[in-house]
Amino acid sequence: MLIYLPIADLPVNVFLILGMGVAVGFLSGMFGIGGGFLLTPLLIFLGISPAVAVATVSTHIAASSLSGVFSYWRRRALDLALAAMLLAGGLIGTGGGVWLISVLRAAGQLDLAISLSYVTLLGIIGVLMIAESARAIFRTRRGGRETLRRPGSHAWFHGLPLKLRFKQSRIYVSVIPVWAIGTFVGFLGAVMGVGGGFLLVPALIYLMRVPTSVVIGTAMLVTLVTMAAATVLHAATNRSVDVVLALMLMLGGVIGAQFGAQAGQRIRSEQLRMLLGLIVLMVGLRFALGLVVTPEDPYSIQPIEGSP
Amino acid sequence: MRQLALALLAAVLLAAAGGPARAERLVISLSTHRVLITSNFTGAELTLFGAVEADGTAAGRAGNYAIVVTVTGPRESVVTWRKERVLGLWINEAARFFVDPPSYLAVLSNRPVEAIAAPERLRRYRVGLRHFVLPQRIGSDVGETSAEDPFREAFVRAKTAEGLYREQSNAVTMLTPSLFRAAITLPANVPTGDYEVEVKLFAEGALVARETTAFEIIKAGFEQFVAHAAREHALAYGLATAALALLFGWLGSVIFRRD
Repeated sequence: MLIYLPIADLPVNVFLILGMGVAVGFLSGMFGIGGGFLLTPLLIFLGISPAVAVATVSTHIAASSLSGVFSYWRRRALDLALAAMLLAGGLIGTGGGVWLISVLRAAGQLDLAISLSYVTLLGIIGVLMIAESARAIFRTRRGGRETLRRPGSHAWFHGLPLKLRFKQSRIYVSVIPVWAIGTFVGFLGAVMGVGGGFLLVPALIYLMRVPTSVVIGTAMLVTLVTMAAATVLHAATNRSVDVVLALMLMLGGVIGAQFGAQAGQRIRSEQLRMLLGLIVLMVGLRFALGLVVTPEDPYSIQPIEGSP
Repeated sequence: MRQLALALLAAVLLAAAGGPARAERLVISLSTHRVLITSNFTGAELTLFGAVEADGTAAGRAGNYAIVVTVTGPRESVVTWRKERVLGLWINEAARFFVDPPSYLAVLSNRPVEAIAAPERLRRYRVGLRHFVLPQRIGSDVGETSAEDPFREAFVRAKTAEGLYREQSNAVTMLTPSLFRAAITLPANVPTGDYEVEVKLFAEGALVARETTAFEIIKAGFEQFVAHAAREHALAYGLATAALALLFGWLGSVIFRRD
């Protein structure tokens, strides 16, 4: 069954889009991620213009992260103060990312920048996750206890001023690194068309030493606010949010996320991280192939935005 | 510039030559002047009917007509990029800006374009995809390049692959020696806007008559409502979409509440 998308200006198969929503929703429910890094490339592959894909995926991520925020809120497993500080940086980063996109688009290098950032980030994060989970699996196999590393060791940024106590997270740190992480995640999120959960979660766990139980809820709240704001901004400035496409993705996503969450509870957490690491690495490799393999046609055409 | 001046001169001469002395006249009619895009739109086909009215002086030519229908869509601005290998990566290196090419271009005829008239006539009357004017901006100059220009070829190739540019030498059917029908195929990704249809009649390699008509492609119903809201009330549309997302997220957590 085909349905015409009023903003993307092309017909798509309803069941294909719903299926994509379910599949990505399943993974996001399983791993507690937004799934933008999977969904945005998939939509572009279907022929939807990158501008519409990025904008509409932000709507989808806002919906899927709200479900998560509610359940973490009921369990009091999120840190409002930390989220607010991350958002303060995130908004600046998003503005910078939107500016960089317009510059790169004019220079014709937006595709390259998106591909390179996907390759670099997904490559690094994928490898790190696989290595870390492999160590964890190896440790449990040998019967050793999994020790949660929370030493009192002080990193260099603990010497910075403007210290703040985040009660829920049980950390006492300067807000400067928090702002920096928020800015960086907001910046990359805008450029790559992703929520940035897959960046924020490891940054909070490994750099800021925030307890894992609080991290996911807090990251979801940050993602919710930035993606809801991104939806409004994209709609107001680029008119690139397709509500029909968003509706189908959200419908599939909400259903898929429930099954994903159930499946996720049956798998050990280090195996879950290994699986996510493999998926992240594979998407990164796919982008690397596109850069290295000789293209079938070295020419490509690109309509100039704002033309009649 | 010289080409343009020549074309203008030709047009004026043709107009002067018209009137009472002209032997053939074209009468054309489109099956519809308005194509509506609704939620089940997957493309459309328009039919153009035409008749050649000939007076006594043209009697000998009857049945030997060549008809070329050129359909052009709304204009857009396009950049064509060429990738080159830099440090092992394929990177966009060179670009050409095409100045206002049509977003849709179909050249329909009843025989191969090259067989209709001599090459220099085809060029003069802009018949066929090869001879359609696609000016490029190189630096500050705007100029027309040859049909063999690699950027032009790549542009036409890409638009053809999208189904938006086409040249079909079997899309015009002669029903009788003086009555014809042309099928205009519009793919699902066809842009909305105003379309021009120009019909040229050739006899013995010479242009003897031309006629134009037009149609429009617009969104209708729900599609029109959404597109209009997104364009005219962008902020409200964005807020409504965000609210919808929050509603979906909330519903999801209520319906599937497990804790």
